[in-house]
Amino acid sequence: MTAEVEARDSHATSPLHGDRLREALRLMLTIRFFDERALALYRAGEMRGTTHPYIGMEAVGVGVMLALQPNDYVTSTHRGHGHTIAKGGDPRKMMAELLGRATGYSGGKGGSMHIADMDKHMLGANGIVGGGMGLATGAALTALLQQTGSVAICFFGDGALEQGILHETTNLAAIWKLPVVFVCENNQYAMSASAAWSVAGGDPAKRAAGYGIPGVTVDGMDLFAVNAQASEFVERARRGEGPAYLVCTTYRFHGHHAGDPLNYREKEEVERWRLQDPIEHAKRVAIESRAMTEAEIADLEQRIEAQIEEAVEFAKNSPDPTVDQLMTDIYA
Amino acid sequence: MTVVESAPSAQLATDGAVRQITYVEALNEALREEMRRDSAVFVMGEDVAVWGGGGVFGVTKGLVEEFGTQRVRDTPISEEAIAAVAIGAAATGSRPVAEIMYVDFIGLAMEPIVNQAAKLRYMFGGKAKVPVVIRAQEGAGRGNAAQHSQSLEAWFCHIPGLKVVTPSTPADAKGLLKSAIRDDNPVIFLEHKVLYFSKGPVPEGEYTIPLGVADVKRVGKHVTVVGIHTMVGKALQAADKLAEEGIELEVIDPRTLVPFDEQTIVDSVKKTGRLIVSHEAYTRSGYGAEIIAGVVEAAFDYLDAPPLRVCAKNVPMPYSAVLETAALPQVDDLVAAARSLVNKER
Repeated sequence: MTAEVEARDSHATSPLHGDRLREALRLMLTIRFFDERALALYRAGEMRGTTHPYIGMEAVGVGVMLALQPNDYVTSTHRGHGHTIAKGGDPRKMMAELLGRATGYSGGKGGSMHIADMDKHMLGANGIVGGGMGLATGAALTALLQQTGSVAICFFGDGALEQGILHETTNLAAIWKLPVVFVCENNQYAMSASAAWSVAGGDPAKRAAGYGIPGVTVDGMDLFAVNAQASEFVERARRGEGPAYLVCTTYRFHGHHAGDPLNYREKEEVERWRLQDPIEHAKRVAIESRAMTEAEIADLEQRIEAQIEEAVEFAKNSPDPTVDQLMTDIYA
Repeated sequence: MTVVESAPSAQLATDGAVRQITYVEALNEALREEMRRDSAVFVMGEDVAVWGGGGVFGVTKGLVEEFGTQRVRDTPISEEAIAAVAIGAAATGSRPVAEIMYVDFIGLAMEPIVNQAAKLRYMFGGKAKVPVVIRAQEGAGRGNAAQHSQSLEAWFCHIPGLKVVTPSTPADAKGLLKSAIRDDNPVIFLEHKVLYFSKGPVPEGEYTIPLGVADVKRVGKHVTVVGIHTMVGKALQAADKLAEEGIELEVIDPRTLVPFDEQTIVDSVKKTGRLIVSHEAYTRSGYGAEIIAGVVEAAFDYLDAPPLRVCAKNVPMPYSAVLETAALPQVDDLVAAARSLVNKER
């Protein structure tokens, strides 16, 4: 059964229908189940460090990624699992990395916050707020100089709206007309601090005008709205018309990280946002548009749950890295 | 030990026909040759192209005329973006040479250098490489005062994942910069503003100097002096003075601090039994302390006297010529230090 969600009509003109919509749902559900399982592993004491769940924000990562070509670049944030899965990352290697195993993406050297898939042009989650901005802008510079036709997507949170590097890279990308789209995932809280308090000037998309580039805020709980605006900005960048700001208003259903006491927001607020669950919205559209039946969705969910469970088993059965790997990979 | 592919200083000492060019011209040749050789190499920085006419000291002079504004890119005064964007370009298949005009400004760019460039490869389990060169110039002696005169090489030596290069001669500057550009790792390439207009013999044609090979600039048997940048030249002057009184200095330029050719220095100390380290960087936690620690660990029994640091005073660099001179290690300081070490056993 699908939950109550607000009615929207953004899907009416969306290219995300049929197979594309089924793929979007598969990715969103994979992200959801992956991060729910990661939280469970953390709470069971099977994971070190921490994890930053993307749950609730799936429409942003998937909506943007479905606007991209395989050769387009992506940089991510602390909250990187969703971006990696949406860019085609392998949940088995991700889960193994979360458990610090030799079979993980980084052989256990990185953990949750440092998963990258360079072959898929996913340039990594990042442990520094704003750390992806230079990487994405630099990837866009490579695309320009080598005329590859690639576009770079820089995901960042509302917390990075207050970092200096955002100004420097936006300015540089604008004067050099680099093919980069800055995607702000405004999930309302930077760690514990409300964006309503920390972000001066109201709607962050207004800042784009100061650089002479387009800036638009969309409903980040709406897969179709995100995808439509992302597609427009990505193709604009690909045409050589320069960078843009896409601000997606969204919400993380869980805390900043797995151990967050969540004492800074009201339960009622969380419940209100849960009514806007982006996956439930996409499911409803899938059913109404006859892309999928409820039974097919239930079957898809079962298959993805099994896939994630298999990833956990793979990770748990994988060996730890050997100590002789400690001093490798420092220099090329 | 790495084998020296070519050792210009050795071959140049006996070759009177070799042309003399400045350190700036040598660096410019290295950039030009590498840009011709590899289309992935490009240059970016403040005033490096059109606006500044080729850099505040002229290192990139003429490059924009040959390679155009796509590959020789003026940037705004945005040091963090200069470093961070160069690093992102390097991680995606470019080979950028980014210029930070004064190393003093690099504080603004430490985040991408320390947390991105140095660590991406390790964090990603060896699946990324970051072939970026970040050039900056450092050093005092021109009255540029506290925010334009520092020598900050030790900051970068502390961070695993970075390489650090400090050439003292035009020939070394050229050969090392070419190696740095071809290296698949982030290299912090630190020039010295006073050395820029010094001339020296530089061979015609293609050569490189590998990173991690020290150069013995003068052979001697009483005291080993390890100098960085201008202190190599000052050590050679001190050696001339002391030779008159029968004290022989062995002057070694490590040329690169990471990787560091410790073996050459340890071998020298085993011969001389005495060690002085000398740099314009502040004495406290300077790289000289690291050199001494390595020698003490490897050759303690060979030391006839405690190693000495002849380095800058722990003070922001003053403007006045009198004060600046007093803050910096001078030839006479090296002479006095060497005498004191030798006289300990006389």
